[in-house]
Amino acid sequence: MDLHHFLTPPAETARRKGPYDRIVTSSRVRLARNLREAPFPGWGKKQDRIRILEAIRPAVATLPEMKESFFETMDTLSTLDKQILVERHLISREHAAKGVGSGLVLNREETLCFMINEEDHLRMQALRPGLQLRQAWAAIDQADSALEKRLDYAFSPELGYLTACPTNLGTGIRVSAMLHLPGLVLAEQINPIIQSVNKLGLAVRGLYGEGTEALGNVFQVSNQMTLGESESAIVERLEKVLAQIIEHEENARATLLEKKTKMMFNHIGRAYGILANAHSISSKETMNLLSLMRMGVDVGLFPGVDRALVDELFILTQPAHLQKQHSEKLSAEERDLLRADMVRERLKSVSRPIPKSPGAVDAGLDKAEK
Amino acid sequence: MLCCVCKEKEATVHLTQIAGDKMQKVDLCEECAKTKGVNDPTGFSLADLLLGLGASQEIEQAGGGAEVKCPRCGFTQADFKKAGRLGCPDCYKTFSDALEGLLKTMHKGTRHVGKVPESLRQSRDLADRLKTLQKKLAKAIEAEDFEEAAILRDEIKQTTVRLSSPAAT
Repeated sequence: MDLHHFLTPPAETARRKGPYDRIVTSSRVRLARNLREAPFPGWGKKQDRIRILEAIRPAVATLPEMKESFFETMDTLSTLDKQILVERHLISREHAAKGVGSGLVLNREETLCFMINEEDHLRMQALRPGLQLRQAWAAIDQADSALEKRLDYAFSPELGYLTACPTNLGTGIRVSAMLHLPGLVLAEQINPIIQSVNKLGLAVRGLYGEGTEALGNVFQVSNQMTLGESESAIVERLEKVLAQIIEHEENARATLLEKKTKMMFNHIGRAYGILANAHSISSKETMNLLSLMRMGVDVGLFPGVDRALVDELFILTQPAHLQKQHSEKLSAEERDLLRADMVRERLKSVSRPIPKSPGAVDAGLDKAEK
Repeated sequence: MLCCVCKEKEATVHLTQIAGDKMQKVDLCEECAKTKGVNDPTGFSLADLLLGLGASQEIEQAGGGAEVKCPRCGFTQADFKKAGRLGCPDCYKTFSDALEGLLKTMHKGTRHVGKVPESLRQSRDLADRLKTLQKKLAKAIEAEDFEEAAILRDEIKQTTVRLSSPAAT
């Protein structure tokens, strides 16, 4: 099956709604599992990995929620398709680098995704738009409970689920949320926030996960410890911290609007100006400017403009997505030209931001809140 | 008694260290004790000293000696240092001593709290129940309540059977 026909069109993805999606773009819960009778993928031989893939894949296929699913081995997927999956946050960059003996199973709604032979034999994740950690945990817990009847998991009563890396040992759970925090970045409050979140034993990462930059002011917050704490306790702890971060971000935006109105309007106005008029623009610059525009929409500076317009561009302007829209192989320079063309075209219908008096801005905030 | 480092002079410094449930003893002469930094309690660790001496294999394993190899997958301590990943699920048993400290710094606890596969949970519940019943039985016997003891004995028998044949549960 062609991946491109299977994946939800970006226009539709950008319209998915969830609680607090002004700030929380998505929630994810991932579980790491391994089979008892085989070496971990990184140490096993090719034959071991193929055997594991052939054991896990049919088990996953029997799940009712995976009825209409996409399955492909990593050696048959093109580099471009793998990159598209990374840009959609459906697989890790590590998994994209895998070949023979690794595979991927994805459901139609793109809410469940199974990576076979990534770092562990099985890494399964549930995804939800907005802040829905509990729902994501419930979904993946259910899938895992069904799978344990068919797969002989490596489990020790003392150490829990055994994983290739000791950092995932125990529950094998990684609970995470993607946050859009332009207010905290602009107010220069992001570093102390990251530090205090780290102190609580949580990790803060960039847009594409481990070891990546926070492009477009998007940060990923997740638990680090997996042993000695139950799954529900981890979910709860993360929920509490996220609620705090959301509040800080809202406060930062409100304070900027009230006390640094000119600075805020200047950033958003310039972002719009460049995006609507550039003839060559890099992916990084596009993301950073779209982030500011998204905040502009949130605080009511672009009346009548749907956030989905910005979110769709966020997906479409990434390198692999841009390449996919053109048949010939593009160089980075050519991509920058085509990206600028696309953004200009899409922003044709968007009027320039309308600065408001502080009172009117408050009204805008309230409206956006609903 | 001779010093266990130089094996020449008479040992006058005797050290005992208890780590977990293991006791280690070292006997040193004045001179060797000084060179090994024994007089400075902050800079001295008996385990390091023993490892440096190339002591018995058992101690070396406890300290995570480089030669430990997973009998199942052939993974070594050196491989772990290089990759930061383990070779197979059995490696957790093979390198349990070396991993213990690491897990302590990495995680909230060193014992799993959380989801347990259903099949295992059933047998764990049965094992817990068995323990409770046995305690009750001991109490009943002590109280010379033989009627109660007979009932408990039957229940223990049943639970034991169920525990040994998971298919029946």
